[in-house]
Amino acid sequence: MRTMKKLYTLLALFCFIGTAWAQTPKGDVLIKNGTVLTVTNGTLENTDVLVRDGKITKIGKGIRTPRGVQEIDATGKFVMPGIIDAHSHIAGSAINEGTSQVTAEVSMEDVVDPMDVSIYRALAGGVTSIHLMHGSANVIGGQNETMKLRYGSTNPDDLRFEGAPRTIKFALGENPTRGGRARGIQPQSRMGVEMMLRNSFTQAQEYKKKWDAYNANKSARKVAPEYDLRMETLVDILEGEVWVNCHSYRADEIYMLLKVFSDFGIDRINFQHANEAYKVAPELAAFGATASVFADWWAYKLEVYYSTAYNAAILTENGVLTSINSDSGELIRHLFHEAAKTQKYGDLSDDEALALVTLNPAKQLGVDNRVGSLEEGKDADIAIFEGHPLSVYAIPMMTFVDGVKYFDRENDKADQRIYINPESNIEEVTIFDRHDMHRCMEGALSFEELFSTSKR
Amino acid sequence: MATLIVMMVPLLSFGQEDDQVLKARSGKFALTNAKIYTVTNGIIENGTLLISNGIIEAVGANVNIPADAEVIDCKGKEIYPGMIDSGTRVGLAEIGSIAEANDFREHGTLTPQMQALSAVNPNSVVIPVTRVSGITTVWTMPQGGVLPGTAAAINLFGYTPDQMSAGSKGIVMNFPSSPTGWRARRMNEEQKKKALERAFKTVNDAWDKAELYAELEDLSSYPEIEALVPVVKGEMSLFIEVNAANDILSALDWVKERGYKKVILTGVSEGWRVAEEIAKSGLPVIAGPVQAIPTRASDRYDVAYANPGVLQKAGVKVAIRTMDAENSRNLPYHAGFAASYGMGREEALKAITINAAEILGVSDQIGSIEVGKKANVFVSTGDPFETASKITDLFIDGYKIPMTSRQIRLYDEFLNRTPGVDKTKPVIDIKKK
Repeated sequence: MRTMKKLYTLLALFCFIGTAWAQTPKGDVLIKNGTVLTVTNGTLENTDVLVRDGKITKIGKGIRTPRGVQEIDATGKFVMPGIIDAHSHIAGSAINEGTSQVTAEVSMEDVVDPMDVSIYRALAGGVTSIHLMHGSANVIGGQNETMKLRYGSTNPDDLRFEGAPRTIKFALGENPTRGGRARGIQPQSRMGVEMMLRNSFTQAQEYKKKWDAYNANKSARKVAPEYDLRMETLVDILEGEVWVNCHSYRADEIYMLLKVFSDFGIDRINFQHANEAYKVAPELAAFGATASVFADWWAYKLEVYYSTAYNAAILTENGVLTSINSDSGELIRHLFHEAAKTQKYGDLSDDEALALVTLNPAKQLGVDNRVGSLEEGKDADIAIFEGHPLSVYAIPMMTFVDGVKYFDRENDKADQRIYINPESNIEEVTIFDRHDMHRCMEGALSFEELFSTSKR
Repeated sequence: MATLIVMMVPLLSFGQEDDQVLKARSGKFALTNAKIYTVTNGIIENGTLLISNGIIEAVGANVNIPADAEVIDCKGKEIYPGMIDSGTRVGLAEIGSIAEANDFREHGTLTPQMQALSAVNPNSVVIPVTRVSGITTVWTMPQGGVLPGTAAAINLFGYTPDQMSAGSKGIVMNFPSSPTGWRARRMNEEQKKKALERAFKTVNDAWDKAELYAELEDLSSYPEIEALVPVVKGEMSLFIEVNAANDILSALDWVKERGYKKVILTGVSEGWRVAEEIAKSGLPVIAGPVQAIPTRASDRYDVAYANPGVLQKAGVKVAIRTMDAENSRNLPYHAGFAASYGMGREEALKAITINAAEILGVSDQIGSIEVGKKANVFVSTGDPFETASKITDLFIDGYKIPMTSRQIRLYDEFLNRTPGVDKTKPVIDIKKK
């Protein structure tokens, strides 16, 4: 008994140290005299933003610099909320768990790579938060991880967006049916995708019923039902604890998922990519569904051939909460520019365009109480630009997460790696090709190979 | 009447009826009251541009407008020469993931006789999507292998490849480069060296044969070697795709040794590392994509944005490309990023107009607003590098091109869809638990 007590004390101590480690740095700073693009309260000229202990404590004119607080002169510069990417695959050491068409039990939180230099490059584009997503090889993929880009720590936990709602990846259309065809199993059509979803949720309901019955009438003689993490996660989806982000393109499959969700009482859904969401914009708005789309990517496969760059504008005008995402380690560096394209394609206002990469993704990820706009009380996740961020000539100058400066163009050393592979004596040169950038199916191909007769 | 038609055209592109087909029109057009960026002869404030018989007949502050010309008032707007994307797959690639919809890659390593122009689909959906953004000409390229084929300059309007041809072709060569990526990871240093030697042997054998072939007469047909002869004779340009710094240096040596007169370096991702050497060689460069990730993990995050500017400042003649197919329309933004990160707006504009035209060998025809040149021009509400600017009028080969594309038509159809939803009853009834 005494040893048990000792063990508990030790355990408590470890837990304490654990939380101490997880305590991420918070900064104090006064950003003076900038043009402040609040997103929620318009544009404020010659305005100061005071940050104390990682939070925005005051926005106003002529704020006096408290003792010990660093002052940053933003005269002639633009201060905006840190950009949020609702669909990213940077900082993930694995993307697809493709061993089954349903892998709700796995989570991206286990594969966060805090040493990916892409994180720094995203910061250099004014990005402060990302939604690290599982891939799209299977119908019900793994759980995603909402992160803050606190680059420099080698502890994956330091990058977690503490308190963010849990989310999970679903995928419809070509990707999961491709997997089915490669293995000779269902689904090989959009019909099969629907049934796989319905079957999975029905199984989850039955699983829950068993546990409910067991819990309602516990006795020493009864054996508990088998614990199944996959089913637990699906139940969490049914209960609204885990939010679905569904890879989708065509209007028909988007509509199908709305019907499936309504049948199972799930009322929250964010469609990812959703190139044809514009075709069912009124239905999405009526349902309260949201969409996270590309500014202009199309034609890389059949299901995105009937796209239009006006997608985000049509959705916005129809009342659908919309964000613009990157799904790319390249695009993530200029999401402000991607948002600006909605002014060419659909005449969105400055605030509407900026919201596509700040407030709207924050709402979709359930973190808009913390980030997404410049407001007193919110986290000091801030980007400072030379030139208006919606101008092609805009240059991100500084990026703060929790008031801590993680990027400063004026004091930027070239090599920002925090880990260098000792085995590589010659540094690898990789020639960029935009068409190689899709990580959504990464790892899935090797899975198909695994099941094919000829192994490479 | 003429002015009436002009007024109706923009209306037609929004709210088009089902049975209306918008066609391009030729004729005499006077674009008045515009700020005209000639690129080669400065900016004309409040100028007039006269288009007739497909060419620019007059340009300046005081131009007599013929009575039969259709007048387009461009007050408050700007006119530019059509933008030229000097590296694309436009017309050759329709849907990325579908092999049957891609015609830019032929089987084999030595296929320089393959003609991109023959495989250009004039009715590609990508073409109108691209041109309504002000891109009037693209360099469309075969890819893959060592000598994948012959690229062609095409104007983005026409119903046959010949109607589209901008009159220039060039041989594409992928310069032997040190293996990278997953292939390299499976090789040791010795294997990499061997692979590089093999690639050089393939290339040099082909060009040795071409040089011999150029000397001799009455030879039997040898298509892949014959295709190279115009380069050997200095009648056609050779476009060498090369990216890593070491490979660029080795390409410079190779060109010097071979002594070919017309050579252009393309890609040149790491050009900024060896800008002085490239400048010394006098070879022009087609750089891009600009919106790209650095080639090395240790590189500063913005080196790809800065690359064209570094090269230009070193004295290299630079054109910018997207190396894209469906999003070649983003060319002005690639140029805009280059402008912001060191190149400056004026030089970036040249990089997608006159420099591109000179490098592709079509500057006698296009690339600037000059009397006698082909009327490839567009009218913009402002700086075309800015995303907020709109292209309002477009001319290719003197044809007034309808400002529509499938993407615009989908916008028109779906912005306020009919039928929408009945707001009085739920569209989809969410079953409450």
